[in-house]
Amino acid sequence: MPVTATESQFDLRLAQRKRFGTVMLCLFFLATVFGLLVLLTLLVDVTVTGLRWLDWGFLTSFPSRNPEEAGIKSAIVGSLWMMGLTALFAVPLGVGAAVYLEEYAPRGWFLRVIQVNIANLAGIPSVIYGILGLGLFVRFMALERSLLAGSLTMALLILPVIVIATQEALRAVPSGIRESAYALGATRSQVIWSHLLPIASPGILTGVILALSRALGETAPLIMIGALTFIAFLPESVMDPFTVLPIQIFNWTTRPQAAFQELAAAAIIVLMVFLFLMNLSAILLRNHFDKKRAL
Amino acid sequence: MEQPNTASPTEVARKDGQAPAPRPDGPSPCHADKVKIEVHDLHFWYGEKPALKGISMQIRARRVTAFIGPSGCGKSTLLRCFNRMNELIPGTRHEGQVLLDGADIHEADPVVLRRRVGMVFQKPNPFPKSIYQNIAWGARINGYRGNMDELVEHCLRQAALWDEVKDRLNDNAYGLSGGQQQRLCIARALAVEPDVLLMDEPASALDPIATSKLEETILQLKEHYTVVVVTHNMQQAARISDETAFFYLGELIEMDETEALFTHPARQRTEDYITGRFG
Repeated sequence: MPVTATESQFDLRLAQRKRFGTVMLCLFFLATVFGLLVLLTLLVDVTVTGLRWLDWGFLTSFPSRNPEEAGIKSAIVGSLWMMGLTALFAVPLGVGAAVYLEEYAPRGWFLRVIQVNIANLAGIPSVIYGILGLGLFVRFMALERSLLAGSLTMALLILPVIVIATQEALRAVPSGIRESAYALGATRSQVIWSHLLPIASPGILTGVILALSRALGETAPLIMIGALTFIAFLPESVMDPFTVLPIQIFNWTTRPQAAFQELAAAAIIVLMVFLFLMNLSAILLRNHFDKKRAL
Repeated sequence: MEQPNTASPTEVARKDGQAPAPRPDGPSPCHADKVKIEVHDLHFWYGEKPALKGISMQIRARRVTAFIGPSGCGKSTLLRCFNRMNELIPGTRHEGQVLLDGADIHEADPVVLRRRVGMVFQKPNPFPKSIYQNIAWGARINGYRGNMDELVEHCLRQAALWDEVKDRLNDNAYGLSGGQQQRLCIARALAVEPDVLLMDEPASALDPIATSKLEETILQLKEHYTVVVVTHNMQQAARISDETAFFYLGELIEMDETEALFTHPARQRTEDYITGRFG
């Protein structure tokens, strides 16, 4: 008796529920396709516009007033310098700060305040960092529009990203590793150097690469510190003025001539190849070490 | 990493051990040499939550002592008090005393203490390194200056793992089976020459064959070490331990020779638990 009584109280409306599912599936799929289409359109447009300018001469020539002779040699070299210097400043500082926050800092309200602030710093518009760099490095420390001033500004910009990525990588180290190392009579620094940092290093490296690829594409902070200039030579020291790929692109797009617009598109292709390679290496690194850990 | 130390870690540890504080309420002299760990009215809190409510007990040297009791009874917490692992958890505090060879462990340096009181965890947790390096690391960071190859072999033999891994010492430890990993963790703990070996449900993640192998190993270890084992498995406690302590809701209900506790429990609650009426 109770079985039949309960059954009658259910109205399954199966067709209606399934139809709702199908509609949602279509909406989600369209949302995905929309993003892909926009990206694809941009890529195709840039490639069609810029591809004919993209040759060896373009990569190995300095910018010029004559579009036929113009190239991005100084921008590529400047970008490489920037990456290197930025990593040099940001990685030790970021990893060091993350190790302190995760392994040493006493838990409490102070740590939480710092944590919230770091998360906020990661979301601050890059142009603000440019203003900070202008005031602090270019003017106060009198570094002028040098590579040093630029890369210090970029280092500040990506520091919070590296701190957060490193903290997450440290947190992902299985607690059993930490515990068993301490249980053997290891000091905190022995645990950190022998186990935590080696195990977390793929995660840290992935975070660093992604942060650097952000720095590679940033233009606003460098424009703020006054790096938007015509540079037709290679920097010889960290105190030299410089240009980077996004600045060169910005430079060319502000010109009225169509040829320079197309040069900008060619430079965008190069920049995107750089970014793609960096992101790809981050993904490959992560997959490689995930597989190793799963053993 | 190499420090010019005048006293080896072993000597430092010995000095600690040879300075028993004279205590008026201590054990009678004829038993003093046999008691390894003494607990006096130990309370422990996770934040506001009490986990141990006034534990007093004695653990004898070179015997296997089993801690049994239902989940949440405080047996693992007490075990982790013995090497001060609980201090790594923020927001914990304790009251009362734990004496190792008569000296208060809370006055010792935890780094020195943990070398003398080794630990094997519930889940096998080898380092993601080679079998050899898993054992050598603990010895190296504690300044071991002897022959490392010999030490690794000695520890693996004591943990009854040598014959299974002697041809692949440089393979990653993650390639071992769960039971082998757990015996590797025992070997790793032995490499720093502890006196006491704490085991927190060491067989709970293992199959019956690996478990019986682990139990054999534990029985051999008591020749040289004082072993304390937390277990959910009462048959296991009966098989491997000389003494058994039964805990319930943060209190020590009863502690006795294992055979006596399982055949003639003095307390009704102990009897209910070991006969499976609750827990």
